[in-house]
Amino acid sequence: MDIFLQLLVSGFAVGGVYALIALGFVLIYKATSIINFATGEFMMIGAYFFYSFMIYMGLPAIPAFIGVMACAALLGFMVERLVLRHMLGQPTISIVMVTIGLSSILMGIAEMVWGSDFRSFPAIVPRAPLIIGEIVVRSNLFYGFVLAVAVVIVFALLFKYAKVGIAMRATAADQSASFSMGINVKAMFTLSWAFGAVAATLGGIIIGNIGGVHPTLGHIGLKIFPVVILGGLDSIGGAVLAGFIMGIIENLAGGYLDPYFHGGVKDVAPFVVLVLILLIKPYGLFGKQEIERL
Amino acid sequence: MRIGDFKANYVADEAVFKTPTVRFWMGILFAALLIFPFVAGNYWLYMANLVGVAIVAAVGLNILTGFAGQISLGHAAFVGIGAYTAAILTTRLEVPFFLCLPLSGLSAAVFGLIVGGPSMRMKGLYLCIATLAAQVIFEFIFVHWESMTGGIRGINLPAPSVLGISLDNEFKFYFVTLAVVVICVTATRNIFRSRVGRAFIAIRDRDISAELMGINLFHYKMYAFGISSFMAGVAGCLWVNFLRTVTPEHFPLIESIRYLAMIIVGGLGSVLGAIFGAIFMTLVPEILKNTLGLLVDAFPQAMGYLFPLQQIVFGLLIVVFLVFEPHGLAEMWRRLKDYFRLWPFEY
Repeated sequence: MDIFLQLLVSGFAVGGVYALIALGFVLIYKATSIINFATGEFMMIGAYFFYSFMIYMGLPAIPAFIGVMACAALLGFMVERLVLRHMLGQPTISIVMVTIGLSSILMGIAEMVWGSDFRSFPAIVPRAPLIIGEIVVRSNLFYGFVLAVAVVIVFALLFKYAKVGIAMRATAADQSASFSMGINVKAMFTLSWAFGAVAATLGGIIIGNIGGVHPTLGHIGLKIFPVVILGGLDSIGGAVLAGFIMGIIENLAGGYLDPYFHGGVKDVAPFVVLVLILLIKPYGLFGKQEIERL
Repeated sequence: MRIGDFKANYVADEAVFKTPTVRFWMGILFAALLIFPFVAGNYWLYMANLVGVAIVAAVGLNILTGFAGQISLGHAAFVGIGAYTAAILTTRLEVPFFLCLPLSGLSAAVFGLIVGGPSMRMKGLYLCIATLAAQVIFEFIFVHWESMTGGIRGINLPAPSVLGISLDNEFKFYFVTLAVVVICVTATRNIFRSRVGRAFIAIRDRDISAELMGINLFHYKMYAFGISSFMAGVAGCLWVNFLRTVTPEHFPLIESIRYLAMIIVGGLGSVLGAIFGAIFMTLVPEILKNTLGLLVDAFPQAMGYLFPLQQIVFGLLIVVFLVFEPHGLAEMWRRLKDYFRLWPFEY
């Protein structure tokens, strides 16, 4: 039972981070209908920026953090303007492949600039693990979780009340109607890429803080697909909920099944769940069912 | 300038090689391909074999993705299934090489149908992600089903033999690869002169319209998945018999992406494009490596940049082709041909 609770709690904590990254992913998809295969590489680049700000420039954690967010927004902005703006109206495969190409470029650049060695962050949070009853949670996981949840809440409030957030939701709901209401739709596309990149890089910093940074950190980004499909590709609430569910499933499956398969279950379990969801409920828990007309 | 391209019946219009000029040049090409191994060194023969395997796999993927419009991020997994089937059949049951080729194809096709099954209910991005899941799950199986696949150590197998001749070097294997490539390319070219091929294209262009015209979407999507993974399996069998070893790390997700990149760079929905793409995407990393190799004397640290540089070039190729030449090398080739066909009267 102890093991179960332990797995549950750490799964929940990891789930918070997944929720944050999935949020960034869904933001982009909702506004522009683009699936961003470079989400994982955005995470990786963000983590490297954070590392560089702290180590090479000697900034304290909070300014470094703000710096990374600014850089991430710039990265998202550039990617949208330089590449994806040209891809409007292209078939799905082209858009998917462009983001895959981007991810390859970003990975190559990261390895050129920072090398292929593992880098770990300096301690930015207290090291003492958190103990709730008999359950032990690693401190960086706990603080990461707190940060992720805080950011998700900020984003949620932004969408609910801020003018920009409402404009973005309007764009996602109906582009031509938003145009006629005087919303700058193109700016909203760019903005959602910037927000998506910020969410992804924050997730990257949290994950980098837990396990160190490496050019292949972005592979964790693949796990976002099961999360967003479970939640429904265009549902922000669904993405957050699914993030937690997938974190828990992954940890439980890893904890209980690993001995039978000699490890690795943690990485494959979300994808097995993904297949099951697609077979039973192709549009996820909260996804909008597409209706096609000729 | 070429003139007299006049057709009086549909058979002539549907012919694979439409004019005597085309037939003449195809003859030259075949002769060149047959002479090639006698003049080329071992390194180039080795590369030629790898290119051949890539062509078979890429042509297969182009049937599914380029012609039928179903994006697959799991093609490398099917190549892997073919390779493992061939390795297991050869080492455990001592099945001869010639039987192995179709059997590996069939086994990959069976798994292809299983993965393609859900395509009844979903399409586009959702299907794309489902094939991604298939890739991850098959990779897991390759590593963890140790009693069958040998885990991360993989399987080694002996040199294949055909009609009592052991195909133990690049030179001998080249002819087998060439034969398989020719058969696969011819078969694919002919699929698209038939009802099935036209149905694929109709599904790609607008699936609902295709269904309204009486095309059974599920059946034809299954055909596409079956044929495409069959070819992947055949490619896998060739590959494993050429390199004579197979481990799970040969079939990662990036390999699937490489096949997709081949058909995008070459040209989606074009048999010729898949061939161009396979040649291009196999040779570019090698050329890059050799160029950097020349620089190593002057800059000893250059080799360390090889891998990231390859990744950047790989990504750039995909992005640049998609943005500037979405129809790929096949389109560039067509323009080049047109230029010379009309020369010197450009308009």
